[in-house]
Parts: sequence; C-alpha cells; structure tokens
Amino acid sequence: MANAIQPSRKEEIKPPVVHVGVVGWIRKNLFNNWLNSLLTVVTVFLLLKTVPPFVRWAFIDSVWNTPAQACRHATGACWSIIPHNYRFIIFGFFPYNLQWRPLLAMIMLFVLLFFSQNRKHWKKSLAYSWIAGLFIMGLLLKGGLFGLKSVESTQWGGLVLTLLLSVFGLTAAYPLGVVLALGRQSKMPAVKTLCIVYIEMIRGVPLISLLFMASIIFPLFLPEGVTINKIIRAQAAIILFTAAYIAEVVRGGLQAMAKGQYEAAESMGLNYYQTMRLIILPQALKIVIPPTVSILISAFKDTSLVVIIALYDLLKTTQTVLSDPRWLGYSREAYIFVAIIYFLGCFSMSNYSRKLEKELSRGD
Amino acid sequence: MDKEPTAPAGQGLSQELIIEIIDMHKWFGDFHVLQGIDLSVHKQERIVICGPSGSGKSTLIRCINRLEEHQRGRIVVDGIELTSNIKNIEKIRTEVGMVFQHFNLFPHLSIIENLTLGPIWVRKTPKKEAEETAMYYLEKVHIAEQAKKYPGQLSGGQQQRVAIARSLCMNPKVMLFDEPTSALDPEMIKEVLDVMIELAQEGMTMIVVTHEMGFAKSVAHRVLFMDSGQIVEGNTPEEFFENPRHDRTKLFLSQILH
Repeated sequence: MANAIQPSRKEEIKPPVVHVGVVGWIRKNLFNNWLNSLLTVVTVFLLLKTVPPFVRWAFIDSVWNTPAQACRHATGACWSIIPHNYRFIIFGFFPYNLQWRPLLAMIMLFVLLFFSQNRKHWKKSLAYSWIAGLFIMGLLLKGGLFGLKSVESTQWGGLVLTLLLSVFGLTAAYPLGVVLALGRQSKMPAVKTLCIVYIEMIRGVPLISLLFMASIIFPLFLPEGVTINKIIRAQAAIILFTAAYIAEVVRGGLQAMAKGQYEAAESMGLNYYQTMRLIILPQALKIVIPPTVSILISAFKDTSLVVIIALYDLLKTTQTVLSDPRWLGYSREAYIFVAIIYFLGCFSMSNYSRKLEKELSRGD
Repeated sequence: MDKEPTAPAGQGLSQELIIEIIDMHKWFGDFHVLQGIDLSVHKQERIVICGPSGSGKSTLIRCINRLEEHQRGRIVVDGIELTSNIKNIEKIRTEVGMVFQHFNLFPHLSIIENLTLGPIWVRKTPKKEAEETAMYYLEKVHIAEQAKKYPGQLSGGQQQRVAIARSLCMNPKVMLFDEPTSALDPEMIKEVLDVMIELAQEGMTMIVVTHEMGFAKSVAHRVLFMDSGQIVEGNTPEEFFENPRHDRTKLFLSQILH
C-alpha cells in the first residue's frame, strides 16, 4: 500500500506511446474511414494527372535562354521570355542606360526593410535612415539634381512603380487608419461624425472607382494650369482607400481592450495621448496584427489596378511584353514569373507578421 | 435623513482635510446611485467603506479621482475642486493612487516598466531615478525579484502587490482601494492585506472599499456603511461592530460576520 505513493514509483509511469510509424500514420490520417479513403484515392489520382505533366512542361521540355524562334520548336515552357524582357518588366520605360538608378533605389529599399525587421534596430537612427533613404530613392528616380539626368515620372513603371505605390501606400495608410480609428471613438461629435462618414464612404466604393475619380474627375476641379502628377493621385487614392479598411480593423482592436486598462492609465494621471500611445495602442495594434496584414497584403496586390488609369505597373509591363509579336502566346510563363514576384512580397509580409506576433506575445 | 457624515475621527489625527465631499449626487441614467454623500477625510485618516453590492461604494471612491463624474454637489481633493477642467483632473489623479479589484496592470510592459511609467511620463522623473524608486517599492511589497517579469507570469496576489507598488511610485497623498482582495484566491488575500497594513502603519491616507472586516478592525479609524447610495452610518470600528445603530447595518453585519 505505502509503496504506491512513493516517488520512486513515478518513473515507471510513462506517457502513452504516440509514434506508430509511417504505416500507422497513413492509416490513421488518410484511411481512417471510407470517406477519407475515397478522398485520398481521388486526390492521389488528381496529383498524378497534374504534377508530372507540369514538371515536364516547366523543367524537362522547357527552354531557358534562347531567341524567340527557338521557342516555337520547344514543346515545354519558353522561359526565354523572362531573360529577354526582364528589364522592361522591372523598369518599364525608364531610360535604358539609366536603369541602374531604380535598381540602386530598390536595393536601398530592401536593405532598409531588412534592417527594419529586427525590433532591436527600432530606434531613432532607423527613422532617420528611412527619411534619408526615401529622399535618396526619390532623387534616384526623379533625377534633376547633382548631375543626375531628370526622368519624367511618366516613364516610371514596372516593379519599381509597384513597389513605390505599395511602400508609400502601406506606410502612409497605416498611421492614417489608426488616427481614423481613434477619431471614430472620439467623444467629440464633429470628429466622430467626420471619421464615420469618411470610413463608410470610402468603404462604400470600389478602389477602381476611386482611381478613376483621382485620374479623371479630380483634375476637373483644379484651377487651370495646375496639374498634379498622375502617380501621386493614384498613390493618394490607394492610401485613402487602404486607410479606411485599416481604421475598421484597428477599431476592433480598440474595442477588445478592457476598460480597466484605460482606468488604470487615467488614474495615474496620464493624458489622452499618453494613454493611447503607451497603453492602449501597443496592445490593440498587437491584437489586430493578423487582419491588418491581410489588408496590407491585399492592398499590395490591388496596386495592380492602377493599370486602368494607364500607369505601367508590374502587371502592365508584363502584358506589354506579351503584345510583342515575337513573344505572343507565352503568357503562362510571363504570368508565372509575375506571380512569383507577388508571392514573394505577400509571403514575406505574412511570415514577418507571424514572427512579430510571436515576439510581442512574450509575457502573455 | 439619518446619516452622520462626519463622525468623530480617531485621536491624534491632523485636523487638515485632504478630501471634502459635500452633498454629492450621481445618476447612472435614471438610477440615482449616489444620493447626497457628505464625507470629510483628514490627512492620514484610514476609512473602510462596506455595504451590500450595488450600494454605491465603488462609485463613490471612483468619483474621487473622476473615473466617474458626479452631477451635483462638490468634491474637493487636496484643495482643488473637481470640475470638468481636465488639467485639474490630471493634477488630482497624480495625487490620488488607485488600486483596482482586477489589478489592471499593463500586460505588455514588464513589472518595472509598469512602475516607472507614471513617474517618467507624468512626473517627468529621470528614468534612472524612477527605476530606483520602483525597486524601493517593489522591495517594500516583497516582490523585487520579479521586476523583469511580465504581469501574466505572476499570481493574483503578486499582481495586486505590484499594483499597490505602482500607485506608490507616484508618491500619492491618498490611496483608494476598490475591493483589492475580492478577485484573489483565498490563500493570497493575506499577503495583500499585510502590505496594506504596513502602508497604514506608515501613515498613508487610505480609503478602502472592502469586506475584510478583520482589516477594518485592525487598521481603520472609521468604518462607513453604505446602502442604496447613502452613507447610513459611520463610526470607529469598535462602536461600529459592537453597537451598530441602524437596522440595516445590523442586518448587513449579521450577514457577513458568521
């Protein structure tokens, strides 16, 4: 009897074995009832029908770097379209011999992004580097100073334009969205009404119509002789649109905050801005990281809609290449290439957000 | 009205008033939650407020630092009248510490950051000095070794002691406690009450809403009984527990003292 409760006996009780080997795993997860067995068989059949042909098309029978004529004889993918046209896809109509400038700007952007992803670097110096970096990037694109030849913004295009619209769009829309969310919660009726009207109006129309308005209707209201660059107008439309969505997501986060947090902050004498900045927003914004990233990802992809106001973004430059008679008919290859670029952008955003969420959740 | 707002305070107290509440009323919609409260609190006085739930105890002390707004009458704290003037409200809040039933620590900040936040941002204390003060008060509530942890990693009793230390870091003139032990597991109540008793012995002015009658007996100068938005009776603990004068008080005491 007494033996039963002696500590030494504890070691003999082991957790139940859960490893049952490959066959066991397959049986348990793929063939545990007739419906699952059927689904497994159908899935395997479909995979066999699709994957090997795709692999053959993309890798075995494909040609990689040949002139356009050689592609006509190949039975597989003609990846040659990419090496022959990547500079146009990426840089658009930017003068060919000046394309090192947007390239350098993009490299700067990626270096800055790379440094920014580590929270240890989130200091004032990083903010200054961003300001300086954005200025230099703008200078590289625009030129006209320090002996750099001026390049009209109508010549900007391709991946460069997509990145420009996305980076500025997302970084400006996020703080604007937060401000709108706070405004919507404001006790001041005028501010509150203004924010609600703004959010609901913007959310009530498609991005396409906003872009049309920015490009066609808005210039009609400007005094004669005043023109605002088309890229800036499209950029503004994207920012205003995305901000309205972010505002609603952030509002959800604010509503999830316990009243006690406000009370604790107020009862120690913090004012409204301090309460929001130090207590409420850090917690509320963390809660809404997943939906916020969804919005940022879709905003990144939606920049491709600027094609309807005749801006040459990544997707449009690709389409332009496809209208070249020599490369007619190789749209699959070109679109796969563009899809990979978009995927890399979106996937790294979602990956990073997961990492950030994990880091911020310490202590919970 | 059968109320005695300013029963004789304990002996040896300063005559100086720190809080003065005169004919204060508050409504939640149509519900008249506080019906003419008169209360004067002397410096270093310790008051325990008890009463059935819904009697307005919490609302009363939440009015003192304007977490709730009163609608009639006057509240004067440390010589400043509470009006809608936001500067006055913020000033009073820095002088009045508050401890909540559910601790309300900031979960995204470490314990030490919870403690230094107020001093650094409100009092503009240099960070190093604020941290030294914070460590001093953490020692005082016997929890200094947890300084680097986050609130979620502490037990309820530890969190409440941190919350008390957080209020003390602001060097308040008055401390308000809103049912500080009601959300705690029984075995943690004592560690929090011990800290509060130590604080009382150092002469802190305290207003405590609680049902811990042992604490009231050993620490309070005055015990107030509230019911239906009024202070029904207020007296020294000895008189209050031995000779309650009103039937409602007797009934309440018979219900909680088994």
